Amino acid sequence: MSGTFVGMPAFPKAAHEAVHDQTLRGNLRHATHTIRAKREKAVSEVSDWAALREAGKRIKDHTLRHLDRYLVQLEESVTAAGGTVHWAADADEANRIVADLVKATGEPEVVKVKSMATQEIGLNEALEAEGIRAYETDLAELIVQLGKDRPSHILVPAIHRNRGEIRDIFRGEMGEWGRPAPEGLTDTPAELAEAARLHLREKFLRAKVGVSGANFMIAETGTLVVVESEGNGRMCLTLPETLISVVGIEKILPTWRDLEVFLQTLPRSSTAERMNPYTTMWTGTTDGDGPENFHLVLLDNGRTDSLADEVGRQALRCIRCSACLNVCPVYERAGGHAYGSVYPGPIGAILSPQLRGVGSEIDASLPYASSLCGACYEVCPVAIDIPEVLVHLRERVVEGGAVTERGNKVVLKPAKGHAAERAAMRAARWAFSRPGALRAGQRLASRTRRLHPRSLPGPGKAWSGSRDLPTVPKEPFRDWWQRTNGGKDGAK
Amino acid sequence: MRVALFLTCVNDTLYPDTGRAVVKLLTRLGVDVDFPMAQTCCGQAHYNTGYRHEAEPLARHFSDVFGEYEAIVTPSGSCGAMVRELYPRMGERARAEGRGDTLSATLAPVVPKTYELTEFLVDMLGVTDVGAYYPHKVTYHPTCHGLRGLGLGERPRRLLQAVKGLELVELPGAEECCGFGGTFALKNSDVSAAMGADKVRNAESTGAEVLCAADNSCLMHIGGTMARLSTGMRPVHIAEILASTEEEPAV
Repeated sequence: MSGTFVGMPAFPKAAHEAVHDQTLRGNLRHATHTIRAKREKAVSEVSDWAALREAGKRIKDHTLRHLDRYLVQLEESVTAAGGTVHWAADADEANRIVADLVKATGEPEVVKVKSMATQEIGLNEALEAEGIRAYETDLAELIVQLGKDRPSHILVPAIHRNRGEIRDIFRGEMGEWGRPAPEGLTDTPAELAEAARLHLREKFLRAKVGVSGANFMIAETGTLVVVESEGNGRMCLTLPETLISVVGIEKILPTWRDLEVFLQTLPRSSTAERMNPYTTMWTGTTDGDGPENFHLVLLDNGRTDSLADEVGRQALRCIRCSACLNVCPVYERAGGHAYGSVYPGPIGAILSPQLRGVGSEIDASLPYASSLCGACYEVCPVAIDIPEVLVHLRERVVEGGAVTERGNKVVLKPAKGHAAERAAMRAARWAFSRPGALRAGQRLASRTRRLHPRSLPGPGKAWSGSRDLPTVPKEPFRDWWQRTNGGKDGAK
Repeated sequence: MRVALFLTCVNDTLYPDTGRAVVKLLTRLGVDVDFPMAQTCCGQAHYNTGYRHEAEPLARHFSDVFGEYEAIVTPSGSCGAMVRELYPRMGERARAEGRGDTLSATLAPVVPKTYELTEFLVDMLGVTDVGAYYPHKVTYHPTCHGLRGLGLGERPRRLLQAVKGLELVELPGAEECCGFGGTFALKNSDVSAAMGADKVRNAESTGAEVLCAADNSCLMHIGGTMARLSTGMRPVHIAEILASTEEEPAV
């Protein structure tokens, strides 16, 4: 498996492989069901959960509505606290800024805190191309990096791996990147964690440059916040001389007070903990304490365009907790890689087609990667109505229409490959607008019922490959109703 | 009270027994039920597949057909949720597209008076014991749009628990989607089939003879999977169980 999502096939094709991979199905089922049950317990302890969810939604909506103002306020606060703010319109620009900042330090390597934004822009690969090595220090990201793999989950990117696979990756690959795995490493969790600790520690102590994202940015103070479980983040955020944080512009909160809501909802939704083990907050630079140089790279990369869409913009409330992944029956069976993006699962299915557009095969297929069961919306701590956005994006795929791309209004054409479906939908609408036509069709089906096959050829196999067709009754209900005067004539 | 049966196009065409059961049940409970012959389809498949504009004429047609009735009863959680949740949203989208309030105003009358069958029984008629008899072991699958869209909650279970002779057993993983999802079943058939197979295995593990739900489209998928996997179980719509009596038992 290569480390890139470029050129991914459509979701159904990618999912086809995953559904039949029994090891993967087992790993995912076990992991998602465990965390699902824990989350439910952690959330049920909070008596005002519904109010917290509503507050989180409103704070995010308010911030997004006034994003222009809060971004400028944040820039002023960060600058006043000794940091430097950079603005990046897209992935290339952000990668360029970070690479130049690292080069200016003369360092050949950086240590990284787990960050979705830097995964989104492919920062590691961009730095590699400039001769700079980026070391992932989150345990799961380390497993993915060592395995030349791709992340398959937002919170636990190596969720698709079991202990045996992780031991094999550590044994085979750690030596290439630094301190090798200890002799005779087994697959017990404590040994695997110790191997990672030893491997990473030399990198923490050596690194002069740290790269992170952030969970929150506080506009009024210029404070950045990272919540994490392993302590690797704390190491990367405090030990290096230079810290570079790449953060999506939607991560702003107006005030310190607003944190109260999210520091309750995020850990319970994501790791099912009452509070995460490490919360690191920093405001610019402080003499003699922590990094001497702090750079904040504010990343747009499609976010302003999403903000212009009044249905789709709610996806920008996302705090990357991954509760929606853990509860999703489609994610559980298709796995994260099928989504062709660092953002898998239900949130990925609405984020990727907005941030990247619906032009590619994979992005045009993502809005359909859901049965619209609504479990994601139910658990979302900022009440993103994911099914609503999925249906909205389906409409964008089949109908095209006005969207914003890089700040400009453009009109999309309907996507290719939906002609037969469109014709069928129109024909159905025509028939359903005429009760007589519907009835004629029903009667035809009823009269030819003995000729109907149990399975269908061609595209019909999509149904009958795994399910018997329903048998068509002797007469439709409406004929019975009319024949028996609504059953009043006693006829059965 | 003038009550209309909105049977849904799927039930009308493929599951007339469910329609007959609703008529029998409501008549027994003293409700005068009408079936407006001009009814067709609520437009859910169009809307959820991304053809909102194709769904609009169907929604307007629905409103024309049912607008005059005092209550509209449907034996489908998803079609009920289409009217109650998504018709107002269609109106909002039309407004956002600069087409004014016409669609909203057209659809508004039918939205609050559309009831899913179990809601109508429990909330409007105030009954949980409908005098039914069904001597079978049954497990209940709450379908997604009924559960999370309409918030049917315990209503279907309360109705089933009051049925004489019926033994209700809990379905493991009951609240997980069966994998039907309308056109999802065709567009993502591998994942849909895997979800269906897991649902059927969970149902089998209960030892029940019957898997009951309040939506035949989900039951078409679950039942088709059961037949293919040669389980001994049958899918049965809740209306058929509630309509069954000692004098006229359902088979």
